[in-house]
Amino acid sequence: MARTVSVQTKAGYTILAWVIALLLFSPILWTILTAFKTEAEAIASRPTFFPETFTLENFGAVQERSDYIKHAINSIIVSVGSTLLGLVIGVPAAWAMAFAPTKRTKDVLMWMLSTKMMPAVGVLIPIYLIFRDLRLLDTVHGLTIIMTLINLPIIIWMLYTYFKEIPVDILEAARMDGAELYNEIVHVLVPMAVPGIASTLLLNVILAWNEAFWTITLTSGRAGTLTAFISSFSSPQGLFLAKLSAASLLAIAPILLMGWFSQKQLVRGLTFGAVK
Amino acid sequence: MGSISLQHVQKSFGEVQIIPDISLDIKEGEFVVFVGPSGCGKSTLLRLIAGLEDTTSGTILLDGQDMTKAPPARRGLAMVFQSYALYPHMSVRDNIAFPLKMAKMSKEEIDKKVEYAARTLNLSSYLDRRPRALSGGQRQRVAIGRAIVREPKAFLFDEPLSNLDAALRVNMRLEITELHQQLKTTMIYVTHDQVEAMTMADRIVVLNAGNVEQFGSPLDLYKKPANRFVAGFIGSPKMNFVDGPEASKHNAHSIGVRPEHFVISRTASAGAWAGKVGVAEQLGSDTFLHVQVEGLGLMTIRTDGDQVFEHGDAVFLTPDATRIYRFDAAGNSL
Repeated sequence: MARTVSVQTKAGYTILAWVIALLLFSPILWTILTAFKTEAEAIASRPTFFPETFTLENFGAVQERSDYIKHAINSIIVSVGSTLLGLVIGVPAAWAMAFAPTKRTKDVLMWMLSTKMMPAVGVLIPIYLIFRDLRLLDTVHGLTIIMTLINLPIIIWMLYTYFKEIPVDILEAARMDGAELYNEIVHVLVPMAVPGIASTLLLNVILAWNEAFWTITLTSGRAGTLTAFISSFSSPQGLFLAKLSAASLLAIAPILLMGWFSQKQLVRGLTFGAVK
Repeated sequence: MGSISLQHVQKSFGEVQIIPDISLDIKEGEFVVFVGPSGCGKSTLLRLIAGLEDTTSGTILLDGQDMTKAPPARRGLAMVFQSYALYPHMSVRDNIAFPLKMAKMSKEEIDKKVEYAARTLNLSSYLDRRPRALSGGQRQRVAIGRAIVREPKAFLFDEPLSNLDAALRVNMRLEITELHQQLKTTMIYVTHDQVEAMTMADRIVVLNAGNVEQFGSPLDLYKKPANRFVAGFIGSPKMNFVDGPEASKHNAHSIGVRPEHFVISRTASAGAWAGKVGVAEQLGSDTFLHVQVEGLGLMTIRTDGDQVFEHGDAVFLTPDATRIYRFDAAGNSL
């Protein structure tokens, strides 16, 4: 049903939306602007909005001090790797819960979600000791494993929600057509769930990309990702606000661009199933 | 190839017993229809045969081989669903080819069979379309195409025509019957529509609350219903039932007379039931009269369309004495 909305109300909502969006964007905007200022200007007691002297030297200094490319490659491996590994585990798990549920399925789902309710620091010591004993400290594959584990509940939950929307008739038709479980999942379920799988993939790449707690505690020089890279600039000795901003900008730029280009997919994925 | 035998098959979902105990023998090449009111277990029975549900106990034999525990993919049966269940991400061609790909046939062979099926079902010009670009009837044809290409031991149809409009339903009914005559493959067809059951089946299984009420040819069921349930379910409009003294005259607990087995007149005669016309439904060829009979209740009468009766007309009904069905207290035919 169409509702008539007055022009004033529309304008009001539009302004409100812009204010909220700008408010949320302002830290990122400030980081971007600061990245192009000199250190002196960045910490000036009377802050400037636009850089008075536009400079790129922060970026050069950042790359010189610690290897951006190496950290970026680690970030890509860990975020993409953990997401793909998560999908390989999550798709069959979500299939089982969506299409072959038992009395306990709901409990299992709740239990998996409950692992996200505990602060990560609560399991820091055991995980650290396990990683030490398995020689996984400061390794990219170790970090990939922990990232998979912490995001797995979200992956399974998201996939489960999408799979529930798929008519079970179609999977049964595949079974009648002679498809064994593997073919049913690969040739029928996954292609039909592509929008859902894509948004799960995107969201988890973003989550893994920005994860800082485990990255900083489990890595040092070798396997550090871009979040470790940023944190290395927030040292107490000296003020490196402009360099920190430049490092942050470099770290978030790839994921920001990815999010920008896939926003349609992301929004569709996140609101999928909300309206039938 | 294509005999199906159920031996003491039982199915429960948790505490709820859907099928208490069914044994059935379906012969090779037969067209068998499972019919019954909704919730009678007919779809569950079909899904047990398909392997989409596990039996709680009992044995299912396909061509004499025990398939009770075999997964659906290994049973060699094809199924057509009410919702068509086409793969939305595949073209019509790929939909039809899917079971052949699963059977690991060569590409040339698949192409040949798909072309043939498409020609048979008038789908040749739609092969590259996606299912969503097809009408309901075309979608159902694709679903049938997908079923026939793999030359299954038997076809299972789960209310395949329920989503189609009335005219198309009659058409597709005919097409499926012709398909059966052409392929001579065993078919099991589930429907709640007794007209579909009567027109298509070699033999009909009437189900009620998970039990087989009767298994026989359409005319058998019509002429010699085993009990009151079958008598009331088969035939349209429904049989009229009368209890009490009128039934006692025939040494029965209750009697049934089909709407088409009355002589109707405007003048009284001995033994005729007097009543008043309530609603007259004129179909052209036939007219269905709903007559309120004194002491017996509402009766449906079928007359030919040329006789004109109107609301409030006084009429006298004489049931055809040779076609009165008699039932005992338990509802079984006498």
